[in-house]
Amino acid sequence: MSSEEKAAIKPASSMLVLFATFFRIGLFTIGGGYAMIPLIEAEIVNKHKWIGKTEFLDLIAIAQSCPGVFAINISTFIGYKKRHTAGALCCALGTALPSFFIILLIAMFFHNFQDVPWVASVFAGIRPAVVALIAVPTWNMAVRAKITFINCWIPFITAILIWALGVNPIYIILAAGIGGFLYGQFIKPTE
Amino acid sequence: MIFLSLFYTFFLIGLFGFGGGYGMISLIQAQVVYEHHWMTSAEFTNIIAISQITPGPIGINTATYCGYTAVYNLTGDTWLAILGSCTATFALMFPCFVLMIVISKLFMKYMNTSLVQSIFLGLRPAVVGLLAAATLLLANKENFSTPDNPWQFYISIFLFAATFVGTKWVGINPIRMIVYAAFAGLVLL
Repeated sequence: MSSEEKAAIKPASSMLVLFATFFRIGLFTIGGGYAMIPLIEAEIVNKHKWIGKTEFLDLIAIAQSCPGVFAINISTFIGYKKRHTAGALCCALGTALPSFFIILLIAMFFHNFQDVPWVASVFAGIRPAVVALIAVPTWNMAVRAKITFINCWIPFITAILIWALGVNPIYIILAAGIGGFLYGQFIKPTE
Repeated sequence: MIFLSLFYTFFLIGLFGFGGGYGMISLIQAQVVYEHHWMTSAEFTNIIAISQITPGPIGINTATYCGYTAVYNLTGDTWLAILGSCTATFALMFPCFVLMIVISKLFMKYMNTSLVQSIFLGLRPAVVGLLAAATLLLANKENFSTPDNPWQFYISIFLFAATFVGTKWVGINPIRMIVYAAFAGLVLL
């Protein structure tokens, strides 16, 4: 980060501002964590200047590498930087609460609704579309993950183990992490 | 004890959910649909659809809905069900909350070391497989019907193909695509 950029970063803001900012981000982004990035950047980097542009890019890389909800990862990190644990809590809650309340309302009413014939028809049409909406990021991530000849068997084996053999994905994640560690530390350097 | 079970399940999902909301879908599905039978595959797909058209992270949306539905199906009590959705959502957020604080406090500088990078050599391609598995698991008869019911089956296949092409190559907004599919379902199915 340049010194100019550092000087432009504002010191701590109040808990309420932290909470309200992430509440707004949580409320106005549809389509999951990645859709939130532009809005978070606009609010956090450009408007409030809580962190610098370079640091924001590093943060996205770290949040993507960590397990868990992407948007919660980002908000926790920024909240902690500004106001330690209490700030992290304000930001994480701010991000989660809008969707929590909206889904809670839907869950309470949709339950009585989903067997109504026309609602059932609507969702019979939506469900195949949703499967495609998950197939597209699969494709995109396959391109981004830089699959090569050496590791192209990993996604295939993973998918078959989970889909056809019903293996718990948690074991596969553990195996992939340990396998990557062993490969990177002991095999790759000697290749 | 349903609440302990919800907490443990979503805690694990939060801890091992690499690859964002979509990567989590495989995990949530394996636990919630196939292991605990808290809901059917069709219900689960409905939740993903609702998550796509409402604000907020998909992981939080799914946890909230699953927590509510699992407890409601078991007890029929609205207040207990609300407590269930709090439990699941909190459990999902907890591990990443703690992890991010630890990283921002201590481990920021370790993120670029060869050790962390090698772990991701294995994780990155596996996450692609995880997403592929989620797609394959959802491509079932509850979501697409069967060739015995050719009308619904072929319309489902068409809606799948149209949504894939529409969002991937034509650049149609996913929410708009869901609205189109909903309309098609209302008129045709």
